Amino acid sequence: MTFTGHNGRALPWALVTPALAWTLLFFVLPFVAMGLSSLTAHEGDGFTLANYSQFFTDSSYWRAMVNSLEVTAIVTVISILLAYPFAWILAEMVPERWQRLALMLAVLPFWTSYVVRSYSWLLVLAQNGVINRALTGIGLTAEPLQLANTRFATVTGFVHFFVMLLTLTIFANLKQLSPSYRKAAADLGAGPVRTFLHVVLPLTLPGIMVGAFLTFVLCIGDYITPQILGGNNELVMPQLVMMQIGRRGDFPLASALSIILMAVVTVAYLACARWLKIERA
Amino acid sequence: MRAVIRIAAWLYAIAVYGFIFLPVVVLVLFSLQATSFPIPPFTGPSLRWYQAVLSDARLTSALVNSLLVAVLSSLASVTLGFLSAWGFARFVLPGSAVLRGLITLPLTVSYLIIGMGLLVLFNWAGVPKSLLAAGIGHVVINLPLCFAIIYSQMGDHQINIERAARDLGAPEWKVLLMITVPVMAPAIFAGFFLSMTFSWDEFVISFLLTRFETTLPVEIWNLLRSGLNPKTNAVGSLVFAVSIVLVVFFELTLLRRKPA
Repeated sequence: MTFTGHNGRALPWALVTPALAWTLLFFVLPFVAMGLSSLTAHEGDGFTLANYSQFFTDSSYWRAMVNSLEVTAIVTVISILLAYPFAWILAEMVPERWQRLALMLAVLPFWTSYVVRSYSWLLVLAQNGVINRALTGIGLTAEPLQLANTRFATVTGFVHFFVMLLTLTIFANLKQLSPSYRKAAADLGAGPVRTFLHVVLPLTLPGIMVGAFLTFVLCIGDYITPQILGGNNELVMPQLVMMQIGRRGDFPLASALSIILMAVVTVAYLACARWLKIERA
Repeated sequence: MRAVIRIAAWLYAIAVYGFIFLPVVVLVLFSLQATSFPIPPFTGPSLRWYQAVLSDARLTSALVNSLLVAVLSSLASVTLGFLSAWGFARFVLPGSAVLRGLITLPLTVSYLIIGMGLLVLFNWAGVPKSLLAAGIGHVVINLPLCFAIIYSQMGDHQINIERAARDLGAPEWKVLLMITVPVMAPAIFAGFFLSMTFSWDEFVISFLLTRFETTLPVEIWNLLRSGLNPKTNAVGSLVFAVSIVLVVFFELTLLRRKPA
């Protein structure tokens, strides 16, 4: 139900214009600036596609994109596999009155500083960190393992974050599921395994896909976790972008890399949106 | 068989809780250790590093900067978000769906790219790096969030109250301030506190857009360059405490929300 106020058409525009102006000025315009910048050379005039062709011809740049995609895929799959049973246990086995508390506890570390959370994994995984001290202490390994500054560390840091996120989304999905579906399946003679595979899982799949997409976007665009935990052994795209700015002040190349990164996310979004639409039809 | 599955499920849940809490427990535990390295074995409690953090002028001024940027950028986000949500929910505007989409668009773009874009734009426009520049970036990421939360809570039952006020002769600004704002208060607070937690914790945009005066996450980042450092543990534990307070406020405001 809507209506036009006494002031006619001026009032509604006065209400929405500040937010629109802010978005245009500080989101759309910067994006245009970045696009234009990506078409210029670091030093020199005129427009060029050199920054883009550099990405497609230089194998070390390609490598960063491949690393990004690999790490993101591994993180997404592991996080879903870990979070689904956990969310299921919270939704099905924890008594109703404790569920809110159980869920709040499960996402509590969300609220530590993101930078600090990656750092605290370093305390756990470092040469003289908690895990290595424990392993050498009980005599399982003689030498401390190289855990920090590896892909393993990056993946661990990411999975830690996304298990919390996916637990939230999958839990919400499972709670929305009407119990009558499962009752109906049981009445028709399906065992728990079949009920899960043929009823619960398909019905929660759209939720999982939304969670997976969120994981993909946040993971592939993140600089902090790979930089702190992965080190500089194996660069991912955001590290490459930051490197162009930090070490070389090469804004055009950094802009081009950002736009390529955004294009990949957009493709993933389109793929996901299409898939979800088919699912709903 | 059922008992075995139950036990396995509980063990699994405990293992996941263990995984989730491991780094946080390690962080807080070793922030209380007196030795110069935050590594095992744990050698008894001490508040030495908390004192070191609180007497570190760089860290305390970064903390004040962070709070300042978080409060001001959240106020701006929630004000712009509320006004536009009210405008879109109450009036027919041409191209409304497209414009609403435009406002929520930044939600789908990573912070790194938003920060990069602003950096390039400000660089061209000759705007120097500053807390203000970072704050502008924080409004870009939090405005869509505030808008989405408040817009989703604008129900039909509020329209009737507003119409009643108008029928009794209240001018628009009075309807807005004395009816809509109080009725929408839970959603407004929720948007505000959520923005606070995001801004307070935001790193990449602040890192790109500030230089001399900067926010706490950036200062913590600078601390990290010196390797494992018990001061980082202490400051991290303090940040955690502040975030928990904000989250509790957020929970309380959301829980008080009236069903729409």
